[in-house]
Amino acid sequence: MNRKTGQKILLTGIIFLLLFITGIPSAQAQPKTIILATTTSTQDSGLLDVLLPIFEKKTGYFVKTIAVGSGQAMAMGQKGEADVLLVHSPAAEKKFITENYGINRRLIMHNDYIIVGPAGDPAKIKRVKPTSVAFKKIASEKVLFISRGDNSGTHSKEREIWKAAGINPEGEKWYQQTGLGMGQTLNVAAEKKGYTLADRGTYLALKKNLNLDILVEGDAILLNIYHVIEVNPAKWAKVNAAGGKAFADFMVSKETQGIIKTFGIDKFGSPLFFPDAGKKEEDLGK
Amino acid sequence: MELIFEGIKKAFWLLVSFDPEVMGITLLSLEVSGIATLISLLIGISTGVTVALSRFIGKRVVVSLINTGMGLPPVVVGLFVTIFLWRNGPLGFFEILYTPTAMIIAQTVIATPIVMGITLAAIQQLPQKLRLQILALGATRLQMVWILIKEARLPLLAAVMAGFGGVISEVGASIMVGGNIKGYSRVLTTATVMETSRGNFDIAIALGIILLLLAYFINLVLTQIQQKERPR
Repeated sequence: MNRKTGQKILLTGIIFLLLFITGIPSAQAQPKTIILATTTSTQDSGLLDVLLPIFEKKTGYFVKTIAVGSGQAMAMGQKGEADVLLVHSPAAEKKFITENYGINRRLIMHNDYIIVGPAGDPAKIKRVKPTSVAFKKIASEKVLFISRGDNSGTHSKEREIWKAAGINPEGEKWYQQTGLGMGQTLNVAAEKKGYTLADRGTYLALKKNLNLDILVEGDAILLNIYHVIEVNPAKWAKVNAAGGKAFADFMVSKETQGIIKTFGIDKFGSPLFFPDAGKKEEDLGK
Repeated sequence: MELIFEGIKKAFWLLVSFDPEVMGITLLSLEVSGIATLISLLIGISTGVTVALSRFIGKRVVVSLINTGMGLPPVVVGLFVTIFLWRNGPLGFFEILYTPTAMIIAQTVIATPIVMGITLAAIQQLPQKLRLQILALGATRLQMVWILIKEARLPLLAAVMAGFGGVISEVGASIMVGGNIKGYSRVLTTATVMETSRGNFDIAIALGIILLLLAYFINLVLTQIQQKERPR
């Protein structure tokens, strides 16, 4: 048997791997990095592609954007795996703050949610108000509704509206959950001719490929509010508190707010987000 | 259909104009998957040969484990690598989550069992008597292993192709441990996913075509080597 030879080869392989793994951190002396956990809409709309280079140039930080749903973003913050969050799920955010996982929750911007569906509008919900009544009609007509189903900010808002309508759609045949991001969920809704709740930014960005019309909009419950939250460094020692604060400060700065105000006008004819820094959440939409 | 033509046109333009972002993404894909494949060859071939040539209790269990590993789901690998590399995870002190290094580690974990399994089968299918013959001719054990590896060159190069093909086309683990960060850990597959969700289907198709072209050329080169002089 040549077990010895084989063992030698095996050992070399293992040593190589160990050397490789341990050798990496020193080889990659990185600039100070910030992990930004955010919702998909800020990335998919292209807003972060505009803002981040400015921030990085100004401060010298390197931002690692992890675009997930707001729910997952907060879960990352809760574990100390992110430094700063940009999210849009107010109820969950308030809980996050009261449980001391985050500090300095500041208002950044808003846009709104819309209900989109096939142009034929089988449940006849066009311009129905309030939104909860539109949801009731979808439920009573049993027309397909596509839900994000991923604990994202949009999904929380959708559940809030179902609750307001007094309906529990879980498990109903006409209620399907994708578990995907907003863009993909819109595509599913378009293909299956179903209704869905979407943020206006993502809808506008994808509109050209979708056969979906805006059917309900402009209700107070449909407000979509984005906050920046710094992860509490008292909970997790490894959190880059200074970096998180620098990013949060940057988001509320006059310059950034000015960029947000005009972002998307050239491409979509109307802005995707409305800057709100310094305002009160209660005053929005009035 | 129109969309596919648009995508092909876009791919062509991105390639001939040397679009810096697409070039960067393509090079990173090549680098990450290339390094991961090389490491997996080192571990996979050495372990595969060792297991193939040795006799021990529970060998069948080990072999079946390796064969199962050939179908390791990338997302599961991604999930575990992420948990291990979290700042507050067991290997958090390396601080390599959301870096290309983390992607190389995850892809190595995916490719290694593929290489190992094919190596194992390749060496085992060589005639038993060959080993005795080589040893009888006065070769040392190391020389014998080297000759066996050369004999199994055809299937071993297939192992290289399968390993590389497995990781270059993989998206689940790369997006989880790399984070799809612009200009840093974005590779062809993760960029394709993102452009699809952004509704930029033409760019997504273009990236897909570039990925296919890349895989084709790599395999063309490997096939050239493989088919150059057939043993016996």
